[in-house]
Amino acid sequence: MQINIILAGVGGQGILTIAAVIDHAALQSGLTVRQAEVHGMSQRGGAVQSHLRISDKEIFSDLIAEGTANLILSVEPLEALRYLPFLAPDGRVVTAKDSFINMVGYPSMEQILDELHRTNHPVLVNAAELAREAGSIRTSNMVMLGAAAPFIGIAGETLEASIERLFEAKGADIIAMNIRAFRTGQAFSQLQATAT
Amino acid sequence: MKQLLLGAEAIALGALDAGISGVYAYPGTPSTEITEYIQKNRGDREQPVRSAWSANEKTAYEAALGMSYAGKRSLVCMKHVGLNVAADAFINSAITGVNGGLVVAVADDPSMHSSQNEQDSRVYGKFAMVPVIEPASQQELYDAVRYAFDLSESVKLPVLLRLTTRLAHSRAGVEGVSTRSQNPLNAPYAPERFVLMPHNARRQYNNLLGMQGQLEEHSEQSWLNRLIPGTGSTGVLAFGIAFNYVMEVRQAYGLDYPVLKIGHYPLPRKKIESLFSACDTILVAEEGYPVYEELLRGYFGHNKIKGRLDGTLPRAGELNADSVILALGLAKPEVIPVPAIMVNRPPELCKGCGHRDLYEALNTVMSAHEQRHVFSDIGCYTLGALAPYNAIHTCVDMGASITMAKGAADAGLRPAVAVIGDSTFTHSGMTGLLDAINDGSPLTVIIADNDTTAMTGGQDSSANGSRLLEICLGLGVEEAHLKTIIPLKSHLAENIAVLREEIAWEGVSVVIAQRECIETAARKKRNPAAKA
Repeated sequence: MQINIILAGVGGQGILTIAAVIDHAALQSGLTVRQAEVHGMSQRGGAVQSHLRISDKEIFSDLIAEGTANLILSVEPLEALRYLPFLAPDGRVVTAKDSFINMVGYPSMEQILDELHRTNHPVLVNAAELAREAGSIRTSNMVMLGAAAPFIGIAGETLEASIERLFEAKGADIIAMNIRAFRTGQAFSQLQATAT
Repeated sequence: MKQLLLGAEAIALGALDAGISGVYAYPGTPSTEITEYIQKNRGDREQPVRSAWSANEKTAYEAALGMSYAGKRSLVCMKHVGLNVAADAFINSAITGVNGGLVVAVADDPSMHSSQNEQDSRVYGKFAMVPVIEPASQQELYDAVRYAFDLSESVKLPVLLRLTTRLAHSRAGVEGVSTRSQNPLNAPYAPERFVLMPHNARRQYNNLLGMQGQLEEHSEQSWLNRLIPGTGSTGVLAFGIAFNYVMEVRQAYGLDYPVLKIGHYPLPRKKIESLFSACDTILVAEEGYPVYEELLRGYFGHNKIKGRLDGTLPRAGELNADSVILALGLAKPEVIPVPAIMVNRPPELCKGCGHRDLYEALNTVMSAHEQRHVFSDIGCYTLGALAPYNAIHTCVDMGASITMAKGAADAGLRPAVAVIGDSTFTHSGMTGLLDAINDGSPLTVIIADNDTTAMTGGQDSSANGSRLLEICLGLGVEEAHLKTIIPLKSHLAENIAVLREEIAWEGVSVVIAQRECIETAARKKRNPAAKA
């Protein structure tokens, strides 16, 4: 088994928290992990991405080759499109629909949705709204992780255990809220899968 | 159980386990996390490990050499351009040699993710004629650090550990080994090695030349240089992290070409000769400059070699599996293009950042001048070059804002204005300010003091706040032309007035804009116990 995931977003949106949960869960499952991330200048409000690779055999490259990503998981809709050349023909895009506009020329949501719908059964998530339902907009990440969970190749319970572990220091309430967000995203994704 | 570590962190753990007594460094992407990891984790070690940030890479390197002189193991870390700053110390430490192990970890940034060039530090290693180690994975980095310290003590030379952005900033599982105790204090008198007057330097240099055969023999035996056997007429010589891409493609396409992995220099001549004699075509894959491809081709060329110099691989930028696929003439999978509606999302100053208020005031003042050049420097405030501020016009190297403004002032440019951060000022700005004062060059230096080294993630600066004022006074800035402003919206009118007055004055003036970085302030608020 080998899963290639592109995580995408804008600097400061916390895609590395999502990565940390998947990394931990993969290691717990006895899998090999390589995860390349971006530090430095582009973190300041720029486009950021992380290449995350999970396998049950040795992984050589930290980077995903074009046309071989099983999943693009984006917390911003335009950012999901930026990495389309990496997507495998049968790969899936799971993205939040909440746009983050900090530059000129940002395309219309209609144009972005058109492009997203050209991909193979995209999962488009109203992440901010679902996160608020779970308790705080700050859990949008975990909503997105939940929505992508069916495509990651790791059991949902293992991912939940890793969320608990990651938020351990922040107390039981924060853990519960993030788990709730994760499950909300998961439920949303399953509902969409049965609808399409 | 394996720990998931960034490549940079694997170096740090490797160094702690190898028994370093100290790390010396100046922050710089992608090397910063090495020192940060040691700062966070040195507490659980039996013996103390010193780890505070140095003023710049040269002071760091020399302190590391001093620790080695005293018999202990020391690690010094920097980004590639930092080695330019430390080059004098680095090259000469190859002439003196070392006592305790000295490893210099240099992180290059091909593709210039966060840098002004993509220079290849292996050139420096070759120039200094010291062993260079270039691991390909996080686990190799961890293991290679111990190996490099042992090698350094065995050949009595500094060892350059070269890595690139992709390895520094990628995580993988790393398994550690047992910790080695620190070396005891042992500082022999050896002026014949360490006093580099010509009579000693000539002898030491001859020793270094005489050692090259021995260094090559070490490479020949090194576990970092190994052949992955295969069949076919094409072989690959894969250096450093390029090995990963070559092996990725070999696995994904089910191919069997022989690969000679190089991770320890000088080149292992015999291993290379045997690959060359077995293959008709050799793809040379180097992450960085085609340093060894050029050497292997020679001046008159070599008909077997393909690589960056003939366009088989791209001449610039980091490699990846895609570039190796094309270089080997393999077919890529079908790729969805980036939609035409895509727009760039450049980085920007944070909302609420004090630099925004500084640039707003400065732009107002400069707009009244015919010549509105602003010389700037390396840090978050470099983002002032972008829209909406477009406030600065140069950024070349650490400290160059003040000295370039001085030269322009000497040429007659009025006004001459420099913008530099607190950390960059103490790194390399102070000496330039002294030049300007000694020469009476009319310029205004604006020190954007946000109390931290912000761009690399908020490391301690060597001086800020009142100490910056004291430094400026000590260098000879007149008290009447040393001003402090607070870059806040509510102070805009006042700040414009101060800047206007000092920029108009025909002499050296310094305006310090003091306001804490909002990122470090927020971090302190979230976690009051933690020091920024």
